[in-house]
Amino acid sequence: MKLLHVLATKGPMLHTCAPGTPVREAVERLRTADVGALVVVDGDRPLGIISERDIVRRIDRGDLLGTPVEALMTAVGAGAADGRRRQLVCGTAEDDVERVLDTMIANHFRHLPVVQDGALVGIVTTGDLARALIDSLRGSVETLEAQVMADDDRG
Amino acid sequence: MTVAEGGGAPPRVAIIGAGPAAFYAAEHLLQRAPATEIDIFDRLPVPFGLVRYGVAPDHQKIKSVTKGYTSVALDPRVRFFGNVGYGEHLTLDDLRRCYAQALFATGAQTDRRMGIPGEDLAGSEPATAFVAWYNGHPLYADRTFYLSHEAVAVVGVGNVAIDVARMLSVSPERLARTDTAAGALEALGRSAVREVHVLGRRGPAQAAFTTPELKELSELRDVDLIIDPAEAALDPLSRAEVERADDPVLRRKVELIQALSRRPPAGRPRRLYLHFFMSPVELVDDGAGHVRAIRLARTHLVESEAGTPIAEPTGEVFEIAAGLVFRSVGYRGVPLPGLPFDERWGVITNGGGRVTAAETGEPVPGLYVAGWIKRGPSGVIGTNKRDAQETVECMLEDAAAGRTLGGRCDRDEALAMVACRQPPHVTFEDWQRLDELERAAGMARGAPRVKFTSVEAMLAALGR
Repeated sequence: MKLLHVLATKGPMLHTCAPGTPVREAVERLRTADVGALVVVDGDRPLGIISERDIVRRIDRGDLLGTPVEALMTAVGAGAADGRRRQLVCGTAEDDVERVLDTMIANHFRHLPVVQDGALVGIVTTGDLARALIDSLRGSVETLEAQVMADDDRG
Repeated sequence: MTVAEGGGAPPRVAIIGAGPAAFYAAEHLLQRAPATEIDIFDRLPVPFGLVRYGVAPDHQKIKSVTKGYTSVALDPRVRFFGNVGYGEHLTLDDLRRCYAQALFATGAQTDRRMGIPGEDLAGSEPATAFVAWYNGHPLYADRTFYLSHEAVAVVGVGNVAIDVARMLSVSPERLARTDTAAGALEALGRSAVREVHVLGRRGPAQAAFTTPELKELSELRDVDLIIDPAEAALDPLSRAEVERADDPVLRRKVELIQALSRRPPAGRPRRLYLHFFMSPVELVDDGAGHVRAIRLARTHLVESEAGTPIAEPTGEVFEIAAGLVFRSVGYRGVPLPGLPFDERWGVITNGGGRVTAAETGEPVPGLYVAGWIKRGPSGVIGTNKRDAQETVECMLEDAAAGRTLGGRCDRDEALAMVACRQPPHVTFEDWQRLDELERAAGMARGAPRVKFTSVEAMLAALGR
């Protein structure tokens, strides 16, 4: 099972924002869209991701709500300004669901932008992938049981 | 919560397609909203979709799921209208007029392409067409495949690829005891194929086939299963993956592949090669527009950013001679008239089973998808049960909130509409008659059934 099979049922909507978006506005968007992260984009290119956790972690910052998200986001590529910032991991539609979930769990992140030829095509969460995996395993059990229970007649 | 609480006409639902997803959806719908009436439509006169036309004829046990589907179809609240095609005899407007909700479970009816030069040469075929052909699908029964060359290549290592390789390798005597279509049985009996090459881009640890399927290949009479020990060995990435996953199923599969690779060929008349780390780059023209070989790039695995082992060419390129090449690199859904389609994933645009407008992502009231046209081709038959249940839960929620198509025909009016659009439609009772005739014909041959392979023959048998 590949990420494309998860993206297929997620609809075409992507929750994104521009790098200059103030945190206040990003929080409002997270709330109304009921999602945990926004992909920060330049056009259709992902620059980084801003998650609830990125914001919570800086909650003691005085001017937090007025700060542009690009100052807080987990950025694509190396060389983030504060040196401690994590690097954003992106996937492709052809990535294996199981491997990606392993990567996300091992590295403690919950949202993964999916890109195709550099352009953002979707976002998957650990929840999406865990559910897809459980459904797939349940499906296998269902099928195996049906086969085991089947009479041995030939049709 | 039932949809029809408070009296009034029962909610009427149309399901387009009669494969596993359709029947699981119908079953769940009847359980959760007992007042619902369901009409199931299929473009073919016979039900069960890929269970009848996809599952290999020598895997009859897998087909036993149709017993459950049959009890759903025999429920008085359910009607089956075969030989009625959406977009052909039935339009979206018809559905809007007649039904409260419409669920599309039309599957993934076409194949993904490899995207390499030579793919359109004669002798280059989608595995899906071959599968449909040997299963007697009326739209494919008249196909011919070039079985006069000694060698065939099958690109892909999924279940379909393994089925195709097995069907090309098994003895005609074994096939005769299956419900392989008569035309295919005859053509495969005359087949000159002695060598089948199954080609995987990645390694043994990433192969999609299951251990029982591989074991079955290794036990075929008159067939040597040949695996290069060097290709069966795990590369460092795969070794780490197998160790980290600590998955006994994966471990057993890898161990079986390695054990088989150490088995010396016994000089049997047919050879089935299982190759790993080979990616097709071109189909080679014999000078007359026909495939004579497949050019392959040796691959090794590198880890993608998100952690997936992916195949990268090492630079080594070589050819394997083959007069027929099947691509089995996935199925794809086809767009349906009036419904938004996402070309990227080959599915009807949807959110959890609700059809959504392509631009806004807003649900289109009353329209739903389930199965492969919803999530793309993944999983086994049973995977469609959960998938269909998820969709049905959306349907119940929307019906309760009054978000429907608003169609108001009753049972008889819907029947009149179908009868007017497609007079020779086929009912489930008709199918049961065809089923009996097929089984009776099979008895004579020691096979589970002999399939009708044309719509005309089916209708004629029903006296239409």
